[in-house]
Amino acid sequence: MKVALFATCFNDTMWLGTPRAVVTLLERLGCAVEFPTAQTCCGQMLTNTGYADEAVPLVRSFARVFEPYDAIVVPSGSCTGSVRQQHAWLARRAGDPGLEKAVTDLTPRVYELSEFLVDVLGVTDVGAYFPHRVTYHPTCHSMRMIRVGDRPLQLLRAVRGIDLAPLPLAEECCGFGGTFAMKNADVSVAMGADKARHVRETGAEVVVAGDNSCLAHIGGLLERQRAGVRTLHLAEVLASTEESRA
Amino acid sequence: MSRTFVGMPKFPIAAHTALADTQLRRNLGHATATIRAKRAAVVAEVDDWEERRVRGAEAKDRALANLDTYLLELEARLVEAGATVHWARDGAEANAIVVDLTRAADADEVVKVKSMATVEIGLNEALEAAGIRAWETDLAELIVQLGDDLPSHILVPAIHRNRSEVREIFLREMAGAGRPAPDDLSDDPARLAEAARLHLREKFLRAKVAVSGANFAIAETGTLVVVESEGNGRMCLTLPDTLISVVGIEKLLPTWDDLAVMMQLLPRSSTGERMNPYTSMWTGVTPGDGPQHVHVVLVDNGRTDVLADVEGRQALRCIRCSACLNVCPVYERVGGHAYGSVYPGPIGAVLGPMLRGTQGEVEKALPYASSLCGACFDVCPVRIEIPELLVHLRTRVVDESRGGFPSAEGLAMKMTALTLATSGRLEKAQNAATLTGRLLGSHTTLGCLPWPLTSWSNARDAPAPPKQTFRQWWRATHDGGRP
Ligand code: SF4
Repeated sequence: MKVALFATCFNDTMWLGTPRAVVTLLERLGCAVEFPTAQTCCGQMLTNTGYADEAVPLVRSFARVFEPYDAIVVPSGSCTGSVRQQHAWLARRAGDPGLEKAVTDLTPRVYELSEFLVDVLGVTDVGAYFPHRVTYHPTCHSMRMIRVGDRPLQLLRAVRGIDLAPLPLAEECCGFGGTFAMKNADVSVAMGADKARHVRETGAEVVVAGDNSCLAHIGGLLERQRAGVRTLHLAEVLASTEESRA
Repeated sequence: MSRTFVGMPKFPIAAHTALADTQLRRNLGHATATIRAKRAAVVAEVDDWEERRVRGAEAKDRALANLDTYLLELEARLVEAGATVHWARDGAEANAIVVDLTRAADADEVVKVKSMATVEIGLNEALEAAGIRAWETDLAELIVQLGDDLPSHILVPAIHRNRSEVREIFLREMAGAGRPAPDDLSDDPARLAEAARLHLREKFLRAKVAVSGANFAIAETGTLVVVESEGNGRMCLTLPDTLISVVGIEKLLPTWDDLAVMMQLLPRSSTGERMNPYTSMWTGVTPGDGPQHVHVVLVDNGRTDVLADVEGRQALRCIRCSACLNVCPVYERVGGHAYGSVYPGPIGAVLGPMLRGTQGEVEKALPYASSLCGACFDVCPVRIEIPELLVHLRTRVVDESRGGFPSAEGLAMKMTALTLATSGRLEKAQNAATLTGRLLGSHTTLGCLPWPLTSWSNARDAPAPPKQTFRQWWRATHDGGRP
């Protein structure tokens, strides 16, 4: 099985720890992973802000770069959702049936990290060690767009040393929402303030999620409050071991 | 007397004000949390809820796909049953018809059943301009009307008010509109309801004309259906001699079987009840019983434009249950007024711009009044893909702005698209970022960013650019990367 990592542009640029953790984790599980360096971005920010025309070249490039692989692993529920639910629409909108076919052929092979681990590799205990009090925030796109269900929690429950605290009103949006965080900053922050409060109520030291975009928002608020709560991507918790702690 | 939505500020500005209103936040937070929990409990009782949602969507789609023939069937059945059918292209035409019919009945007042369609077309204002008083008889609608306020929710227009505010409004305003509230009125819900009942009763008994909307219009028999909780609707629909129903053309259902599906979906989704207390159905005129002059005004007012939009037309499936409002984290925090239009919440952010076009400032901002969290789709009983429709409308807003002087955002997006077009360009931009990261030394977060990123950093710290990108790490550690 030829496995590719789609790091996502945001992780590639701002959060190298996350895609690095995916590589470490998958290699530890005996799965060789490639990083096709021609990759850039799924285009979600453009698409969701209304710039569909601008997003189409990114769809084209995504389909071309990842076509040779059997599985494409993505450490982001949101970017996985964009590929699965928006790329075909964008191709159709661009009046390009060839691209639409390429996209629909490719998307079943695109997996969010927890889906790939649980469904394709068939593991829930990935041999991780993380001795901290953790609360998990299910991001909206992982939960309601691609429906990862409790896969991330199955993985977290199997982590040695972890003290997993349930997050109150976990399923409510944190308020990030892409450019919503800027265009409607007041509402975004009001939502995030409630999310940060619920995180603090758990007494967790670390809040974990499958999307660094949401974590940047939640973490930005917690950091401003000097709450002493760290944000960490699911991949980094799962990659953590006694020898190499996240 | 009543206010309208015209001239409301666009969403981000209105939301800023609403968020600072502590009482509003509390009233809304309490009300939406209660109704959300009720809905979740009664929906969980139904094993095949998903199948019912699918059937609901199919029934509506079938109606919409053949609306032209079904509407004519509805008209024919109504006429056979003794009703008069009027067709209105827009709100102004519909209002003129209702004014003329009321005058012809020699009336200077009407009692009203709660109806979104009549709010949409501004009927009360049109009647007032013609010297006709319109009395709202739904409790929440009465509170809004007496308080010279605007509705803020589809189902519970006064959701933004708590009972002590309602008591004050009743004490202050009821006397000017008819029977006054008792001096010793308390904020006990039973006392408030009693005051409203006594106040309304004299209007029910006096009125010669009633105006209603309809939740559904069944083509095969020409039957209109009103679903309600308080019984005020039943009073209006049976006591006056003349009944005028203003019905949006998308309310049509082909058959009674379709109504059965809707009645399984609507009460559980809207009030969180297994069945609502009052469901009234009437077919034209029944001699000697109920209204002897029955009029039905079928209103387009932008609906055929929505129907012509292949991707957007599913919005016409909406049965106005308001489940999407109650579950929406944005609505819960800002309330209905911030949307600046008749239909608030997620469906309002879609329907408003679809019905009225995306030219106005309010309408341009509405599709962006959502974090696209998707909670609305999950509860929608007719499976309207609201997040996708919001993106669809954002695309329309952007496309309509093309060709003119480019906005700062438009330029930024084009630059982003160009940067992301090839990995080489992305890498150059990343190198600039990591250089900044290295220059920032030990800083891992930033407290303030330059404009326009201030709207992020005003309330949130931002991550400092890292000293290395993933790509650089990969090159340094793995050789197997493909070009
Ligand atoms: S969009 Fe769906 S959930 Fe919202 S009011 Fe309409 S039918 Fe109800």
